Amino acid sequence: MNRVPRLVHPVAWWVWALGLATAASFTTNPLLLGLILGVAAVVVVARRTDAPWARAFRAYLLLGLVVVAIRVAFKIVLGGGDATGEHELVSLPQIPLPGFMVGVTLGGPITAESVLYALYDGMRLATILCCVGAANALANPKRALRSLPAALYEVGVAVTVAMTIAPQLVESGQRVRRARRLRGSTAKGRRAVRSIAMPVMHDALARSFQLAAAMDARGYGRTGNDNRTTRVGSSALMLAGLAGMCLGAYGVLDASTPWVLGTPMLGLAILLTVGGLALGGRRLHRTRYRPDPWLTPEWSTALCGVAAAVALIVTQHTNSAVLDPSVAPPAWPALAFLPVLGIAIALLPAVLTPPPPVIVTTARTSMPASREMVAA
Amino acid sequence: MICFEHVTVTYPGATEPVLRDVHFEIPAGEFCLVVGTTGSGKSTLLGTVNGLVPHFTGGELRGRVLVAGHDTRTHPPRELAAIVGVVSQDPLAGCVTDTLEDELAYTMEQLAVTPTVMRKRVEETLDLLGLAELRDRPLSTLSGGQLQRAAIGAALTAHPDALVLDEPTSALDPTGAEEVLAAITRLVHDLGVTVVVAEHRLERVVQYADCVAAVGHDGRVEFGDPGNLMAHAPVAPPVVELGRAAGWTPLPLSIRDARRRAEPLRRRLAAVTPPPLLASPDQDRVALRARGIAVRYGAVIAVRPTDLEVRVGEVVALMGRNGAGKSSLLWALQGSGPRASGKVDVEGDDPHDMAPAIARRRVGLVPQTAGDLLYLDTVDAELTQADAESGAVPGTAHSLLERLLPGIASDAHPRDLSEGQRLALVLAVQLTAGPRVVLLDEPTRGLDYAAKRHLARMLADLADEGHSVVVSTHDVEFVAGATHRVVVIAEGEIVADGDTADVIVASPAFAPQIAKVLAPERWLTVEQLRRVEAFA
Repeated sequence: MNRVPRLVHPVAWWVWALGLATAASFTTNPLLLGLILGVAAVVVVARRTDAPWARAFRAYLLLGLVVVAIRVAFKIVLGGGDATGEHELVSLPQIPLPGFMVGVTLGGPITAESVLYALYDGMRLATILCCVGAANALANPKRALRSLPAALYEVGVAVTVAMTIAPQLVESGQRVRRARRLRGSTAKGRRAVRSIAMPVMHDALARSFQLAAAMDARGYGRTGNDNRTTRVGSSALMLAGLAGMCLGAYGVLDASTPWVLGTPMLGLAILLTVGGLALGGRRLHRTRYRPDPWLTPEWSTALCGVAAAVALIVTQHTNSAVLDPSVAPPAWPALAFLPVLGIAIALLPAVLTPPPPVIVTTARTSMPASREMVAA
Repeated sequence: MICFEHVTVTYPGATEPVLRDVHFEIPAGEFCLVVGTTGSGKSTLLGTVNGLVPHFTGGELRGRVLVAGHDTRTHPPRELAAIVGVVSQDPLAGCVTDTLEDELAYTMEQLAVTPTVMRKRVEETLDLLGLAELRDRPLSTLSGGQLQRAAIGAALTAHPDALVLDEPTSALDPTGAEEVLAAITRLVHDLGVTVVVAEHRLERVVQYADCVAAVGHDGRVEFGDPGNLMAHAPVAPPVVELGRAAGWTPLPLSIRDARRRAEPLRRRLAAVTPPPLLASPDQDRVALRARGIAVRYGAVIAVRPTDLEVRVGEVVALMGRNGAGKSSLLWALQGSGPRASGKVDVEGDDPHDMAPAIARRRVGLVPQTAGDLLYLDTVDAELTQADAESGAVPGTAHSLLERLLPGIASDAHPRDLSEGQRLALVLAVQLTAGPRVVLLDEPTRGLDYAAKRHLARMLADLADEGHSVVVSTHDVEFVAGATHRVVVIAEGEIVADGDTADVIVASPAFAPQIAKVLAPERWLTVEQLRRVEAFA
């Protein structure tokens, strides 16, 4: 076990988090969902850095609460018509809707069972969201982009540039807004938009040209030994692969199609796409500076996440009652050994991974209007 | 090494070429300085070296440019990345990644340098440029000088044969500029890199140059030895102007050379009192009085409680390093910026308490990026709008601009004006409201010597008419010729406040070239010398 502080490969965190999210998607058992949420929170607290994105987890927790609230509110307002169960809590006045809105009811009797069902369902969604949030907090988004396959390099660069430009745009907007006051302008509406938007757009345009020129001068987009055959070949493979994936997905979901169109088709399509990506990547000759290593901690992190998902999937085939506790009649949710074990395994990365390094950033506090107005 | 063969560049839509029949060769390992007035085609000449002109900018290039044997006609910029490193004017705008270390590695990644070599070169470059302790820092947190060195490092890791820098020190304070120039000269001396630099602030670089390419108004380029060429180049730093005026040959380019030649001149001037360049202000009438002004951004204190008085008809320079609090102080004085405490008194009222439209009739501010104030399509529209928003008689703004800088086409787009013209336009817009006090934040940025002289004259005229002017700047040569008084601010506090000559002659960092040459006599500019008989 490597105890030297270092960052864990972002893809490992994403596999782990998606594994947990998959596990969450298989159950509405509030106890299991709570366990998953707890596991995610413990790992985040143990292994996040002090970078700005690492504080995102709290925001996801709040978002989760909002999701639960919305889910329950919708059930109360719209779900009166199909109320199951006999424990009526309250009966809202039902508003008759025009004929074309068949199947939608406003108001009506609300039962404890339907609210409970909405609560469980909302919790499931919120937990999935928080798992994604955990990945965001643990993995540096820019480093994650660097792990994209070489053929998708351009997409990664575009996203990186956008992430850099956005704060600059905000800054130049603030600067221009302040400058407007110097002209005594208090205009509102369209005139105001023009007086702010024009300078900001000019600024943004000038900046993009400068960036493009700089990237060109620094060798971006070098093709060196470009070869028409590989270019056409990789495009053809990618197109065929994507079309195949659409067909395959349809085949898997629709039982009436021949079996060949299902899983085999999907597998073949994935192979084609991977081949296309690899071929396209070979065309662009480029290297990576200090790529994140993929060692034992990465393997164990990813596998722990997968273990949680597998445990829940197996449980669904063997003991599905545990995963979806009955709401009508309401029953106290139970626990079983296998799903709890799976989720507990996902807790291991909190100790199996090396701690994050402490990065000292004595960031200059950036002032609202201009870079110059800074007491260094 | 870099060979121009009868190069003529014409931009699309232009009738006249920017560069005309340029024909010279920069030998390997030389420091070549490109000089010329604003808009003379310096940047175009730099752009042709790595093919950005015309591959990226468009236009037509006749003749050919060879860089280490590579023809830029057949090699676009990205294919030349391993041969020519480019550092643009605004280094932050050219940054692709977010941390220093990644930025240093970017070009090498594109060139497919093997990871082990990359790792080694990044470490070497960090040491070479003294950036090692900043390696993990996000680029947006670096100071101007650090950022400029980071950009040089990013170009250098690819081990280019030539390095092209467009105005590397223009935006920097004197200390930052020193750091950057030290780094550049080290590359030339120790590594044998061919360096091509375009720069407005010749007083900072001309003494390091091995050769000079002077771009003339007609687009012709003269190439040669700095000593010979500077004798009649269209732009010249004060020390060269002194040499020209005194008729010294060979022309001294550094302070040290000039001091050696100046011995007889110093003796002749010993008995002469330097004449004042500006009419003295009205000592008894205070136009702006600030008491205990402080500015705070969250936990950061930008300006500590500060008192400042500006008299009627006085031009005051506000100096200090980048981030010392100059801009914050100016904005707080004008009333638009944040202010933690203190009062400003202009004609009995505090502009902070007034509506913005009223406050600007007392105190006008021209911000650092003056173009932010402009949003209409033509100069004429801006001037008409200025009359309307200031409640002035139609035509006021127009006649103001005509007086400040005659000859600006009224149908030109404000973005197409030169830096100096744009500054004059914004100043006219702000003066239309009739403020008694005018504040200018870093107006000298990007101005050549002629434009700076013109700005000095504009400010002197304003002072004569009874305006008071406060101007923040790094440019000591400008301060020496254009201001009555200098206020130096550091860490948000005023550390020196006094007559221009008293403050800057005594300071090692802020002394202008003429003062250094003629020390201990207190002469500041060539203009001043020309006014006394002992000089002729």
